[in-house]
Amino acid sequence: MGFEVLLKGKNPVRLLAGLGVALRISLISVVISILLGLIIGTLMTMKNPLIHAVSRIYLEIVRIMPQMVLLFIVFFGFTKMTGHNLSAEVSSVIVFSFWGTAEMADLVRGCLTSIPAIQYESSKALGLSRVQTYRYVIIPQIIRRLLPLSINLITRMIKTTSLIMMIGIVEVLKVGQQIIEANRKTSPHAAFGVFAAIFILYFLACWPISCLSKYLEKRWEN
Amino acid sequence: MNTEVVNSYIPIYVKAFLLTLKIGWVGVVLAFILGIAGAFVLYFKLPVLSALTRAYVELFRNTPLLVQLFFIYYGLPVLGFKINAEVCGAVGLGLLGGSYMTESIRSGLDAVPKIQTESAVSLGMSRSQTFLSVILPQAFSISIPALVANVIFLLKETSVFSAISLMDLMFTAKDLIGLYYNTTESLFLLVVFYIIMLLPVSFAGSMIEKKMRFKMFGDGKHGI
Repeated sequence: MGFEVLLKGKNPVRLLAGLGVALRISLISVVISILLGLIIGTLMTMKNPLIHAVSRIYLEIVRIMPQMVLLFIVFFGFTKMTGHNLSAEVSSVIVFSFWGTAEMADLVRGCLTSIPAIQYESSKALGLSRVQTYRYVIIPQIIRRLLPLSINLITRMIKTTSLIMMIGIVEVLKVGQQIIEANRKTSPHAAFGVFAAIFILYFLACWPISCLSKYLEKRWEN
Repeated sequence: MNTEVVNSYIPIYVKAFLLTLKIGWVGVVLAFILGIAGAFVLYFKLPVLSALTRAYVELFRNTPLLVQLFFIYYGLPVLGFKINAEVCGAVGLGLLGGSYMTESIRSGLDAVPKIQTESAVSLGMSRSQTFLSVILPQAFSISIPALVANVIFLLKETSVFSAISLMDLMFTAKDLIGLYYNTTESLFLLVVFYIIMLLPVSFAGSMIEKKMRFKMFGDGKHGI
């Protein structure tokens, strides 16, 4: 079945290191996305027509352009336009942050606008100051709604980073292909074992995070 | 940008576009079929099938399409299941989409309050009447935004098909860049064709969402 190549030599370490490359890029992108998303999402709730128009266009671009296309535009297009070589890793962090920021900003905007006006009015009636209103009333509610959704964004980011092999980064899928190639003679069935293993590795990376997100969402439902 | 180059590339892109569109929509239809079947199994809590459906949903929602395609296209032939790249693309997309659709339809069904079933039964409606004319329409209108988002997501995911050497839009762009170094023109057409493919869906989706909202009474939170 081809599972024997998985334990041969340094293969298990290499596969895990490959997954590590993908996870590192997704974590960097997630951190950037969440920080920028919080700022941009808050800006989007302003009633300024210019901000409104720009954010609409930004969200629509991200909504309809495949991440793969964006990756190609940044990786190949940037070099062509400026003559500077952008490394594949930097390009992927740029693209995934561009995409993740839009997703995060949309979540933040949704959460902020879903807080009913009565919450602000009641706080005022109770004599809370503006800072107190946010500190004790608004922000705790926002965190409860936002946290499960942002954790979910992490799994989506991890899944999306599998695309980086298409611009030549050696991550887990590429390592898998190399292992299959190297063992073509001795174990011709390696393709099944290696790709099944990668399938399970990705599942093990994402599933616990999905479960955490679902758990928090259920717990804070009301 | 050289317009002559762009013009000469258009026929190549149109061919790739039609292929991408075809596989994409076959995948979406498959996803709907799987999603409806899966959601019904979960909603009616059919024994054994429920557990299998839940395992399928978790497995495919937590892995990337690229990995699924590699497994189906390169891994399965070892066991004797050989399929061509086009079928593999559509099946892979359908399986991925099926897991998302199952979740969306099921949560729509679950969101219909229990009192709706009770009221229907007290009015003397049969089980199938209750489900078909009371629960299903409401569940459908609740699920619409999620279903639209899923369709757009699936059509976007078609961009990874080039990994299993399907001659889709992405593959064409990569190929042309590699052959002639006309990077700007190739990328420009790639973006244009993806806009043609997805902007109408995005607009139609927003319109359907607005049209379907009439089924939600009140603020859409309590009065459903």
